[in-house]
Formats: sequence, structure tokens, C-alpha cells
Amino acid sequence: MLVSARGLTKTFGDFVAVDGIDVEVRRGEAFGFLGPNGAGKSSTMRMIGCVSPATGGELRIFGQDPAVDGPAIRARLGSCPQADMLDEELTVQENLWIYGRYFGLTKAQTRKRATELLDFAQLTDRRGDKVEPLSGGMKRRLTIARSLINNPELLLLDEPTTGLDPQARHILWDRLFRLKRQGVTLIITTHYMDEAEQLCDRLVVMDHGRIVAEGSPRDLITRYSTREVVELRFDSDDHADHIDAVTGVAAASRVELLPDRLLVYTDDGDATSADLHARGVIPLSTLVRRSTLEDVFLHLTGRTLVD
Amino acid sequence: MSGLDLGAPASRATGVSRFSRALPLPAGAGMARWVIARNAMAFRHGWVALVTGFAEPVFYLFSLGIGIGALVHSVRTDGGSEVPYAVFVAPALLASSAMNGAVMDSTFNVFFKLRYAKLYDSMLATPLGPRDIAVGEIGWALLRGALYSAAFLAVAALAGMVTSWWALLALPAAVLIGLAFAAIGMWATTFMTSWQHFDYITLAIQPMFLFSATFFPLSTYPEGIRWLVQATPLYHGVALERGLMLGEVGWALAGHTAYLVVLGVIGALGAARRIERLLLT
Repeated sequence: MLVSARGLTKTFGDFVAVDGIDVEVRRGEAFGFLGPNGAGKSSTMRMIGCVSPATGGELRIFGQDPAVDGPAIRARLGSCPQADMLDEELTVQENLWIYGRYFGLTKAQTRKRATELLDFAQLTDRRGDKVEPLSGGMKRRLTIARSLINNPELLLLDEPTTGLDPQARHILWDRLFRLKRQGVTLIITTHYMDEAEQLCDRLVVMDHGRIVAEGSPRDLITRYSTREVVELRFDSDDHADHIDAVTGVAAASRVELLPDRLLVYTDDGDATSADLHARGVIPLSTLVRRSTLEDVFLHLTGRTLVD
Repeated sequence: MSGLDLGAPASRATGVSRFSRALPLPAGAGMARWVIARNAMAFRHGWVALVTGFAEPVFYLFSLGIGIGALVHSVRTDGGSEVPYAVFVAPALLASSAMNGAVMDSTFNVFFKLRYAKLYDSMLATPLGPRDIAVGEIGWALLRGALYSAAFLAVAALAGMVTSWWALLALPAAVLIGLAFAAIGMWATTFMTSWQHFDYITLAIQPMFLFSATFFPLSTYPEGIRWLVQATPLYHGVALERGLMLGEVGWALAGHTAYLVVLGVIGALGAARRIERLLLT
């Protein structure tokens, strides 16, 4: 067990950011914290990263207590914060060189490792450049490379792809998969359900500082949602007007109302659409799709992940 | 990405942190030198700053020493000797430039790193602690200050403005002045939240530069405000440098030294404490 938390709590004055959560992360897995902004994910990550003391509860990382052995734990961690926080006065490779020294590595170790990591982050041809003009995706890859300089057993990634374009996200996901295959334990926070589904073996869904569900992405979808979803858009200001017409349609178990559409949860999307058509319900558009973690979150909290 | 065995730097950090936990000090891993190394690395890309930091006090020296020195032929020091004006003013300029250099480094640069570059956040994600950051930043300000002071002393000596072998101690004294101001400056910076707050720094530095018995001896001030002059840190820096460079050595110099040491230690501890409070929340 790399990380274990019992009743972990973080408060800022009267505000409860993390409200007594229990979490266990095993060696070699990719573990996710999924939740909307403000759910307490980053506060949890900062406590695990030993840069924020817990207000209450018990936290152990590598079996050690951050309050006592913070520097020793941090020496075995890699940490990618939400903002890149690269050293913009230095070049790409200098960022890696000096970071290695912060971990007490020798110059030879740092240089060797930096060369490997530049290759891993696909930044070898930019190694002598200043950091500032790099693209967002490159900066994020450099941040990840930097966090790997000490060969960490556990890598913390706080919203790793927020603000990146789709292509840059896919490159980054590919790099993270490679790390996982090499046996690095990953802890990822995200408010993108596709990211959680792609990367995480196991995850917890957080809302208002609490954990509302836990399991593998597949697990959670089976437990809290149906196999398929039919999304209906109508030509009207208030989709609530159409709920009655849709309720009780074939194969469906539940209808959720969103500002711009109705979601019909069903075990057979095609049967549901056919029945709607037979009933004379004619939406502007009908989309049949598989259930995702977004649906799990909606079911558990009554809200969408990304507003 | 092969599994490199890089050893565990953890053991060393733990030993040091155990030690520091026994003392009422902000945490550090004894790795401040890497903060200094980082600054030296960044400085290689902006070495032109070195030239300006050196040039300013030298310009002052020649403008005041030669210009005003032509009008004011000699000055009676507080130590009682009669010296040419340039000789009188050179130690004060050395002390002031040590102050200015230290304040620049520990306020503007630290503020930028703290609030904008988030440099310290990324350092604190490693085994480094807040004490390493405070000690490293102040240490860097001292190194830079020492370089400027050495160059200034060399110019002053070549121009014949240095009259005593005690002046060799003027360099460590300048580093001590740098320590006091860098530490207090860094501490003050941790309380600042916008660039406007730097006006307060200017407000503190400028009168000190003008009125710390810098350009005329303490005896010329009205008796009622001498205590005020003597309370400022720069006064002690100027008095220390002047005593050494003019060879007027006495127990008073030990008092000036103690004042600056105390200021430096208080400032360094305060800065480390504040970084801890600001960033490790």
C-alpha cells in the first residue's frame, strides 16, 4: 500500500475542503480522483505531496507520516502541480539539471537522467531553449519529465491535461501509459471523465470534500448507470415540458433533465429510440451512446462535472 | 526511462530534518546551496545586471568624491581625525551599495519568484524546506554583494581613497551589511501582495541612504535627532565601514557588528517562517 488515508480532513478557516476521506492506493496502479472544481481533489493531492499539513485524520505515504518525514517522502515522490511552475529563467535542460540537485542527486546522475527524460518528453531538440516560448503541451511534458528526475515510485498528477488541445492531450496520455507500464504508480486528479476512463484502474468520485463512490470506471458505470443513454434535444426553452412524454418508454429506467437536453437511461438505446418514435415524440436530435463516468457523476450528485 | 537506480537521497534529508525538528526552526534539509546554484545558473543568462550593480557606487564615488571633494576639502570624522572628503565618503558608499544590492535581490527578485514564477512552490515539492529557500536566497544576495563590494574596494584603493590595512576587513563587513538587509528585505517581501508595496521599500531606503551619517558626520546632525540616525541599520553599516577603512578601530565596531548580525538572524528566521506559512498551507 503506497498511500493510505483514514478520515483525512483539510479545513481552511470555516471552509472544509476535504471532509474525512478514506483512500488506499496500491503499488503499480493508476488511481484517480474524479470530481468537479472545488471538490477537494487538489487539497488532497497537496496533502499527499507533503506540501500541505492535514487538519485531521491519518495519512501514510510509503508507510511514513508526512508530518514527521515530509522530506524523506518527497524524495520518493514526483509531483506535477496544476500550474506548470517551470523555472522560466532557465533553459529546458537546466530545469531538469537543477531539479535533480534539489533531490540530492549527483551531477552525473542528473545529467544522465535528464538526457533520458528529454527523449521521453520528446523535447531533445528543444533542450537548449528557454522555457517561456514552448507550447502548453511541451511545458506540461517538461513538468512531467522534471517530476520524474528522482525516479519516483509514485507520481502525482493534478489535472494533467487541463488547458491542452486534443492532440497534446493524446500525446500526454500516451506518455502516462508508458510510465504506468514501467511500474510507476500514478495518482491523477481530473474533472474530465474521458481522462479518468482512459487512465485510471480505480478511482474515487469526490464531491464537496467527500468520496461519493469508489471502484474501477467499468464498475462504477455498471453500478450507477445503465448500459446506454439516449440524449434528446427538443426545440423548446424548457426541456422539462417533455419529461412526461418520455417517461416510461421501452427499456428505459430513468430520465435526467439537463438545461439543454434530456438523458434517457436505458439498457437498449435502439429499442428506446424506436419506442419514442412510435409514441410520436420527435426531438430535434437523438443520440444513442454508451454510459460514461459523466453519467455516474450526474446520478450521484445531480450535477454535471464540467459546467 | 529504464529503471535507473539513483540511490536514496532520503536518508540524508531525514537526518538533517530530525536535527532541525529538535530546534525551533522552520524545516530545511541543509540543501540551501542548490538554491544558490539555481540562481547562479539563471544569472549566466543575465550577467549584464552584474555590470550595473557594480557601476552605480563607482559613479557615486567619483561624482561625490571628486565633485564635492573639490568644494569640501576635509572633514572631521566622528572618530576625531581630519580626512579628505572622498576618503570620508567612500566607506559610506560601500555600505550603501551593499545595502542596495542586498535589498534589490531580496525584494524585487524574491517577490517575482514567490508570487509570479511560483519557484518556491516547485522547490518545496522536493526535499528542500522553507529554511533552505530563505538561507539560499539570502546567501545568493550576499555572494553577489560581495562581488560588487570587492570591485568597489579595488577601485577605491586604486584611486587612493583607502588609508588603512584594516580596510581588508571592509569586505567581510560589507557582506555582513548585505546579510542584515537581505534578510530583513526578504522577510518584508513575504508580506507584500502587489508591486505598489515596493514604494514602502523606497520610502525606507532613500532617507536611510541620505541621512545615516553617509555624506556628513553624525556630529553635524542636531543633537535631538542623532538617536534616530543611530537607530537605523545603515548607520551601523556606515560606521563599521568607516571605522575599518579609516583605521579608527575600537569597541564601537563590535557593537555595530552585533546590531547587524542580530538583524540578519531575525530576518532570516522571519522569512523562512513566512514562506512556510504562505506556501505550505
